[in-house]
Amino acid sequence: MAVSSNIVVRIEDLHKRYGNEEVLKGVSFTVRQGEALAIIGPSGTGKSTLLRCINRLTEPDRGRIWLEDTEITSPQTDINAIRQQIGFVFQDFNLFAHLTALDNVRLGLLKVKRLSKREATERAMQELARVGLAEHAEKYPAQLSGGQQQRVSIARALAMDPKLMLFDEPTSALDPELIGEVLQVMQDLAEEGMTMVVVTHEMGFARSVCDEVIFMEKGVIVEQGPPQQVFVNPKQPRTRQFLGKISELYGGT
Amino acid sequence: MGGHNPHPSPLRGGGQKGEGRSEEGGDLKQFLDCQVLAEGSFLRLACDIAPRLLQGTATTFQLTVLAIGLGLVGGILLALGRVYGNKPIYWVSTAYVQFVRGTPVLVQLFLIYYGLPAFEIRLDSLTAAIIGLGLNSAAYQAEYFRGAIQSISRGQMLAARAIGMTNLQAIRHVILPQALRIVIPPWSNELIYTLKYSSVAFIIGAPELMATGQVIASRNFRYFEVFLIVAFIYLVCVLVISKLLDIAEQKLKIPGLEMR
Amino acid sequence: MLEKLRLVWESLPLLLQGAIVTLELTVSLLLVGLVLGVLVALGQVYGPRPLAMLMSAYERFFRAMPILVLLIVVNFGLAFVANTYQWDWLRLPTFAVAVLVFGLHSSAYQSQIFRGAIQAIKPGQLLAARALGMTRLQAIRYITLPQALRLAIPGWSNEYSGVLKDTSFAFAIGVTELARQGWQIATRTREMFLIFITVALIYLVLTYLGTWLLELVERRVSVPGLAGQRREEHGRVI
Repeated sequence: MAVSSNIVVRIEDLHKRYGNEEVLKGVSFTVRQGEALAIIGPSGTGKSTLLRCINRLTEPDRGRIWLEDTEITSPQTDINAIRQQIGFVFQDFNLFAHLTALDNVRLGLLKVKRLSKREATERAMQELARVGLAEHAEKYPAQLSGGQQQRVSIARALAMDPKLMLFDEPTSALDPELIGEVLQVMQDLAEEGMTMVVVTHEMGFARSVCDEVIFMEKGVIVEQGPPQQVFVNPKQPRTRQFLGKISELYGGT
Repeated sequence: MGGHNPHPSPLRGGGQKGEGRSEEGGDLKQFLDCQVLAEGSFLRLACDIAPRLLQGTATTFQLTVLAIGLGLVGGILLALGRVYGNKPIYWVSTAYVQFVRGTPVLVQLFLIYYGLPAFEIRLDSLTAAIIGLGLNSAAYQAEYFRGAIQSISRGQMLAARAIGMTNLQAIRHVILPQALRIVIPPWSNELIYTLKYSSVAFIIGAPELMATGQVIASRNFRYFEVFLIVAFIYLVCVLVISKLLDIAEQKLKIPGLEMR
Repeated sequence: MLEKLRLVWESLPLLLQGAIVTLELTVSLLLVGLVLGVLVALGQVYGPRPLAMLMSAYERFFRAMPILVLLIVVNFGLAFVANTYQWDWLRLPTFAVAVLVFGLHSSAYQSQIFRGAIQAIKPGQLLAARALGMTRLQAIRYITLPQALRLAIPGWSNEYSGVLKDTSFAFAIGVTELARQGWQIATRTREMFLIFITVALIYLVLTYLGTWLLELVERRVSVPGLAGQRREEHGRVI
């Protein structure tokens, strides 16, 4: 997994406030092409908000974000064109409840990318096969397990040919025995060189699959570095504390 | 119950009948009054006809209250029949409810007002309207009560029987008091509904608000303006009563005792 | 007795003609109400505040107004305006007036059905659509509406049986639908009870036939895991 020096995403001084509570207090970082970046930290510290700001599902109050050379946060930018290039995977899947797995993957290709029905179907089947669900193409979300639903939602995002994939706690809503299949798909993606940002509580995944780890707390980046550094040799006491608590809970990472 | 021969004609079917029936003798004077009203501004018209329209409104309320009361008694009986009745009672009450809810109230009024004389039962238009709207409402209220009764747990009935009550006593002292409270929100809907649909009575000539408007308009030929005022009165009545019912509902609420 | 049965038999063609007018009226008004109702509901849920408030006032007005009164006021109103300004195009056939008034009235009820259905859809659905790069309108068209329309079928079925019965009020402005057709035969033959009970039975068939059909449709388009919900019709629960 070669990480090039081309920067895919650059974030500068991002701020976001909900009422009186400032959830992002000036966050800056970059993601290079082919890099898998994990964002870890306690719940409610603005990780998901940060992720949603990147494709402006949440509007940031201040700060700038670029996708390659395009400034996402500029008012002149066609945000729908940007979102096509950024895949987003939700914690609770959000598969379209009235559509089959195939139609879930195909809808964006047909209506947003305006592919022909034949092309779209072909492409969608490819992506379903990629996540190992080709034989479930005709099933509705309610007929799939949580793990399968999440894999369909990954296929849905991949079908749009994104330059970047954002994962918002993709395994948090899953039963423990279903987490593995989703992580496997994500690991394959990372190894194929997909640029991705993953908000996660799966420390094992962050440690063994990701190239870079950011530890966030209370709206700021506390520590950032390669997994070896952050997990084995954290510089900040807060990071050490957090990791200690996590390994207490889950029996080591 | 008057002994008249009931075949007046609704609206465009011909001349207007049944309208002067309730105020014999005053006809000529009113006719002259209304001639005057054929001229003058809208506001003037509104002021002049207001007293008569308010009389009609009073009749509308009388009609509504009597019909909803009749419907309440009938509805409770039908609901009890559908929940606790034996087979014949169950089938009769179910068939009644389905029939009434599957047919328009207008046709039901026609059946009562024009149809019953075939069996030597002649009702005046207001009585026919009260009975018709009441019997109609009974079928709908029955469903509210049935829902309410069924939402009261079986345990309530068992507990009542366990302290030695008969079935009837249990229904009267335990089930119904609870059902009546649960049913208040849908029941207040039904009251508004009956108030609005009481306007149908004017098609058979019952002297309520709409019919009063019709009488006035047929004499001064200012149909649109008269009915506009009538509509306004209905609107105000419905909105005010809805508000009052909302307030009453809040006051009567018992914590934990709601539908489902 | 036999004579009376023959009378009913001979009246049937005319009554069925009336029933067809009743059905035409019902279907047309439901479609008008559907389009307007969906727009009102969308305005209430997704519109800016002033629009949402306007739509709520619209809904309140039509729900508070007795439909029979509304029908008569508008019928006279149109004639009044047409006479005053010599606008001959405004002299609509009574059937059209009925479709218009019933449609507006029904749209207030249908908007409530759809608003409930739209609000029953999880917010994540819209979010996921936007994340794919869909515009707001595309998301509403491809995600919200298909789901909401399905969820609304049971409420719609209640609305059908409500307005079917209401169409009998078109009698009052002279539309020759089932009730008026019956009334004409009844006054001609003097067999009031017999004719009106026949009319009632035809209505009964139409009501239950329609709700049964809609149930079939509901089952036909049902999506596993997307359950519809019963809603109220004209303030009365069926």
